[in-house]
Amino acid sequence: MKAAQVIMDTGAHAAALAVKSARVDVVPGYPITPQTSIMEALAAMVENGELHARFIPVEGEHSSMAAAVAASAAGARVFTATSANGLLYMHDVLHMASGGRLPVVMCNVNRGIFAPWTLWADHQDSMSQRDTGWIQYHCSSNQEVFNTILQAFRVAEQINIPVMVNFDGFAISHCLMPLTLPPQEDIDRFLPLHEPEWRLDPAHPSSFSNVTNASEYAPFRQMLSEDIMAAIPLVKQAAQEYKDITGMWDGDTIDTYRLEDAEVVALAVNSMAAELRLSIDILREQGIKAGLLRPRLYLPFPAEDIISVLPKNAQVMVLDRNYNFGHPGGILAAELKSVLFGRRNDITVKNRVMGIGGIDLTRRFMAAEIRAMMDEK
Amino acid sequence: MKSVTKAYRPISWPMKGAGGDTGSWRTHRPVVDIQKCTKCQICWVYCPEAVINREESTIDYRYCKGCGVCAVECPTGAISMEKEA
Repeated sequence: MKAAQVIMDTGAHAAALAVKSARVDVVPGYPITPQTSIMEALAAMVENGELHARFIPVEGEHSSMAAAVAASAAGARVFTATSANGLLYMHDVLHMASGGRLPVVMCNVNRGIFAPWTLWADHQDSMSQRDTGWIQYHCSSNQEVFNTILQAFRVAEQINIPVMVNFDGFAISHCLMPLTLPPQEDIDRFLPLHEPEWRLDPAHPSSFSNVTNASEYAPFRQMLSEDIMAAIPLVKQAAQEYKDITGMWDGDTIDTYRLEDAEVVALAVNSMAAELRLSIDILREQGIKAGLLRPRLYLPFPAEDIISVLPKNAQVMVLDRNYNFGHPGGILAAELKSVLFGRRNDITVKNRVMGIGGIDLTRRFMAAEIRAMMDEK
Repeated sequence: MKSVTKAYRPISWPMKGAGGDTGSWRTHRPVVDIQKCTKCQICWVYCPEAVINREESTIDYRYCKGCGVCAVECPTGAISMEKEA
């Protein structure tokens, strides 16, 4: 058996290496900062023959997702990537991918949305795509990006629902971290070649997404709604089997740190959640029983796992890197409250929005914020 | 937890009447005067719904939408459009 290889590389290159390991067939792409490094790496891999895929340069993100949808309907394993306004420009076709039940996997490298323009990370882009019917992971390290893309393909192809793998621009996409690359035969064992039970095929003509009457349309939407919820056990299974094969674990639907006896729980996603582990250590040194709950899966929101894991009478400090316009605070806080209502009345939820447009979130800053939130009514 | 449902993809296969009984859309019905018909098959070529029988020049009124293309194209004036009751 071959040993795993350990290299130093960026989050963007970790994504490209995962796509190569997944033996993807088609990669449509359009550049947007900070995602461009993924597409550059994949274009180079196709050009030099490392990756046997068709690279389709397109004129914009709407076309990028349209090409992804068409290639997926033709039976290909498809990957694309985008950021911020590129993701928003795809919005229309994101619905075609989910409603069409096409297992496209896409990386969204999180970046704030205009206006005014910003290049740096927050989570307004991915979280504003909540109702498109995509499954969404949020990752907190380069290694997790690599691991999650492989798990995403597996889950997507099991239930024919597209999956978005999100991670922060620059803090993850452009920073070097050690990266373990499992042997290709292990990855092939975890993720076999894509064999869809249906595809657009001139030899067996069929039409895709025809006009439907209400009595036909409504059941399709109902099935999509129910099947997205069925992703939760598949996400857990994928994480467990990936661990069994590679030895690596990033959590399944959730990831926790020093949570068991916590009285104060920080809840956040992406790179800030990795930094929060250090904030938890600071708070523990100050005598505060602090812990971390990181939803790795944002959609479907892992309600039952969160309900079962939160310690009794905990105060949950939700640190949102996004705004929930029309409501005070952020989107994660609203999701959490809707999950807890009537189920865990012992829990107190407090919320702050921070890190918008890439404002640096250091361990000391977040520890101080959590302390201040503890004194709030 | 519910397992994934089977007939979940929006796919359809070509078959007669896949679009429903489109004959109900018709306001005018093409009527063939078989005495004037020369069996030239031009109506069969032009019919966008493929509802004209090639040999008999008869029309399948269950699916004919009554567009009138056949009546316009018929070189001998054998097809007239009559208002539906």
